[in-house]
Amino acid sequence: MLKRTHYLAALGTVLLLVLVLMNLPGPAAARLKLAAGGFFLPLFGAVAGSQSFVDRASYDILPHSTLVSEMQRLERENAALKLAAAQGADAIAENNRLRTQLGALPRGPWKPRLCRLVARDSSTWWRTALIDYGTRDGAQINQTIVADGGLVGRISAVGYSQSQIAFVGDADCGVSVTVAETRDLGVIKGSQTTTDAGTAELTMLQNCPQVMPGHKVVTSGFGGVFPHGLPVGTILDTRPSAGGLYTGARIRLFANLNRLDEVWVLQP
Amino acid sequence: MSWLSPAMLFLVAWLAIFAQTQFPLVRDFIGTPPGILPALVVYAAFTHGIGTVTSLAVVGGLWLDALSGSRLGVSIGPLFAVGFVLHARQHLLLREQRYAQFWLGFGAGVVAPLATGGLLQLGARQPYFGPTTTFQLIVSGLFNGLACPAAFLLFDRLRSAFEYQAVGPGPFRADREIKRGRT
Repeated sequence: MLKRTHYLAALGTVLLLVLVLMNLPGPAAARLKLAAGGFFLPLFGAVAGSQSFVDRASYDILPHSTLVSEMQRLERENAALKLAAAQGADAIAENNRLRTQLGALPRGPWKPRLCRLVARDSSTWWRTALIDYGTRDGAQINQTIVADGGLVGRISAVGYSQSQIAFVGDADCGVSVTVAETRDLGVIKGSQTTTDAGTAELTMLQNCPQVMPGHKVVTSGFGGVFPHGLPVGTILDTRPSAGGLYTGARIRLFANLNRLDEVWVLQP
Repeated sequence: MSWLSPAMLFLVAWLAIFAQTQFPLVRDFIGTPPGILPALVVYAAFTHGIGTVTSLAVVGGLWLDALSGSRLGVSIGPLFAVGFVLHARQHLLLREQRYAQFWLGFGAGVVAPLATGGLLQLGARQPYFGPTTTFQLIVSGLFNGLACPAAFLLFDRLRSAFEYQAVGPGPFRADREIKRGRT
């Protein structure tokens, strides 16, 4: 009899707890999630500490000649980038002048901030991760994440010292994109056909035979989350949708989501 | 020392959930994060009270959801259901044999994520559920199938090393007692 009472008490407690947790409003649930994730902070710190120790140890054993040649290569690259930045600054100034004449707000330059990926999603269902960038550093929902010259995703939840990011291809990270060569618009939604983190599904392309494998896909700027013109990936293949209403495509992402250790957050 | 075994169980669960979020190369190779929480729930169901099983399911589920994109609390129900059923029916199930432990871990490793995925399908955000899900569930089952006997081995040794052992009946037998005099 006592055992039966214990079973009923356990069942009732869990049912009540699950009902309460699953019906929490979005912001409260996000805060509670990040608080529960705080239990792992010592482990995240230990991993970061051991990684930096290994990095420092590897710097100590690098030969002098390698360091000098690497420095010379970086100096050359820096000079080339300075030249490109000077040309870019001129184009940005011209663009802002034209935008002002058209009555649109001028675009400010992004302030990129380097962040470390501290944990990947613990389940198989989503493409998310945690980064060591929180509200104390200026984190906000929907800030854009880039890496390896391509779009990675957006910030989907923020905590004090960490934020959750949703990768491109996750159900929580739809992206409006344009095929650069043909100017066709499409949408990258949560993938229902692949778990490969290096690819994503592009849908809602108009039925246009011009879109070919190898074409470049960039953000369109529509939707107000991602800025215009960020490289996303290249078209792998195309196919008509089930109803034949639009064309779907698979794209190979520029950012290798499986190998990310560090990402850039674009702060406005 | 009765607190040691549950404490170790929670410590291992904490480390195992953290490990699920690391090692991207392993994850890419096997196609799913290597989680062993269902196997720990199976062990708890056979060796601990319903309170410990419930606590492990609740805390483990919360930790698991905290580090994933899932809605908070969605993993608690399936983990608790596995632990609850096994605890209630433990007198009907084999538990000493290694192959029985493997199949119990395998079953829990398939059922818990499958039920979680089913619950997620009811929500607004649809997770991926396709042909590779079967492969991922089998891998999860194998992982938990291997982890379950390992958990029994490790925790049973720990308990025998640190906890007081029950004293056996001893050589005295009441039915063999020689009674003198008239009865």
